[in-house]
Amino acid sequence: MGEQSLIGRVVAARSQAFLIVLAIITIMVPILHLAVPPESFFYVPSYAVSLFGKYLCYALLALSVDLIWGYCGILSLGHGAFFALGGYAMGMHLMREIGSRGVYGDPTLPDFMVFLNWEELPWFWYGFDIFPFALLMALLVPGFLALVFGWFAFRSRVTGVYLSIITQAMTFALMLAFFRNEMGFGGNNGLTDFKDVLGFDLQSNATRAGLFVASGIALGLGYILCRSVVRSKAGKVLVAVRDAESRSRFLGYKVEHYKLFVFVLSAMLAGLAGALYTPQVGIINPSEFSPANSIEIVVWVAVGGRGTLVGAALGALIVNGAKTLLTGWFPEIWLFALGGLFVFVTLFMPQGVLGLARGEGSLGEGARRAVAFLRARRALRGERP
Amino acid sequence: MKESNALLYLDNVNVAFDGFKAINNLSLYIEPGELRAVIGPNGAGKTTMMDIITGKTRPDSGDVLWKGEHDLTKLDEADSARLGIGRKFQKPTVFETHTVYDNLRLALKADRGVWPTLFARQSAAERARIDEYLTLIRLTDRAEDLAANLSHGQKQWLEIGMLLAQEPELLLVDEPAAGMTDDETMETATLLRDIAGERSVIVVEHDMAFVRALDVKVSVLHEGSLLAEGTLQHVSDDPRVIEVYLGR
Repeated sequence: MGEQSLIGRVVAARSQAFLIVLAIITIMVPILHLAVPPESFFYVPSYAVSLFGKYLCYALLALSVDLIWGYCGILSLGHGAFFALGGYAMGMHLMREIGSRGVYGDPTLPDFMVFLNWEELPWFWYGFDIFPFALLMALLVPGFLALVFGWFAFRSRVTGVYLSIITQAMTFALMLAFFRNEMGFGGNNGLTDFKDVLGFDLQSNATRAGLFVASGIALGLGYILCRSVVRSKAGKVLVAVRDAESRSRFLGYKVEHYKLFVFVLSAMLAGLAGALYTPQVGIINPSEFSPANSIEIVVWVAVGGRGTLVGAALGALIVNGAKTLLTGWFPEIWLFALGGLFVFVTLFMPQGVLGLARGEGSLGEGARRAVAFLRARRALRGERP
Repeated sequence: MKESNALLYLDNVNVAFDGFKAINNLSLYIEPGELRAVIGPNGAGKTTMMDIITGKTRPDSGDVLWKGEHDLTKLDEADSARLGIGRKFQKPTVFETHTVYDNLRLALKADRGVWPTLFARQSAAERARIDEYLTLIRLTDRAEDLAANLSHGQKQWLEIGMLLAQEPELLLVDEPAAGMTDDETMETATLLRDIAGERSVIVVEHDMAFVRALDVKVSVLHEGSLLAEGTLQHVSDDPRVIEVYLGR
């Protein structure tokens, strides 16, 4: 009894600590940006506000992947697609909001459509001039895609590496589709040159701060939502499916329904992250669909600690922070560093950064695993140990 | 559909995998409350039979009826479980990263839908029933331990406890004595005899001492068909049974 409730207390404490730190960041960054004079040491410049806001969106995206991978064993290597779809939904709204201020001055048609000699707005662009509609679509379009995709995949009992491969195929297919000008989403340039959101100038400091706060709140609420799902009885069923799928079926749980539920929820969270990402980055283009992006998300989760939620968010912050620094210092080796990091984490830190903090899966244990792995490989090759 | 009073009714069932006839004109009737032992050499079709009953494998032809009204060939594993068929695997399969208590909680008879499960709150009555099962499988003091930390025999018992918590009307038990000590084997036989009566039980087993301890009607499978049926004494005297199974 004692040991388990101790773990329970640690998890609760970790969860509170995460929400408190997040709240402090969400409040302090805008204050340090808006209320502190630029010459002060504590001043947060506007590029940093947008950068940190982007990290928070990535953290929410990592959370959505951890929900399905960490708790239900669904390794999606296509979650970037749901993120990008959410980003495009918001991008479409921002394009409509430009109105007649575009280069060609057309009141309805975005610049790229005028450039392509389009006569009128395609039907699927209707409604995106209304912000709530665009936000709703940022949730519903990824959710609907996940519903259709998941319905076919889970009903046919596609699992493991096969599922991962078809999720890669899904995001790759979408990338190719969005590259095409005929699709009506701006082709390879994507959507950009946004002016304002809800009437607020996207270049102004206050708007940047506002978007940062919105991202912080979305991450906090997303975390609370994920945590209540995994702590519910249904959350225990998800873990049961992850660990012993057929046992769950023979207990009477429709595994495909549970997977579909959590997959759709996760896709909607990813879409929300994308919708917050676009206005802060100022552009959304088909490269967001690239398969490598989706794989990177999984690396964030693995680095932070799979199946912990907090770890996923932490991993996204750590890896992206490192990425920003390393791409600045040594742009050529960044990808090697990412690959090396993933290998290192898999071998030495199976529980991720949070595992280290908990004392589980510590470096020492990881090193023993790594040595055992190398020995086994050598033995397989028939070499002397 | 044919009329039958049997709880489970298999008639002329056939299944072939790539031309290999795993089940060949198999017919079997299980009465309510009956305890039945099914024996047979490897490849006799015992596991395939269980797969058919639980909706994991669809037969090529034949009838599989539950209480004479539900066609089990049209249902999947979860459907058959919801109708009241519980299945225990040969290798103990429990949810290793859940506590013993949560394993039982997930198994406890309740609405299995996603929404009711998402918003489920644990009632005092549920808690009391889980405590009863914990006592029955003698794991009360391990309730908060992870199932992964149980011994092999304890996992077997936990799985049996989970099956009982499901409150099935028919239990399919695949080689429960495998890997157990002699004492555990005899205890398990006693437990299964206690369980039967309220519910029907089909036990697939290799261990003859165990089958003898069960002391019930035995069905002998061979090459996907029923070879003989009756008391253990009766089937042991059958020359065909001796030839394919016991004599070796």
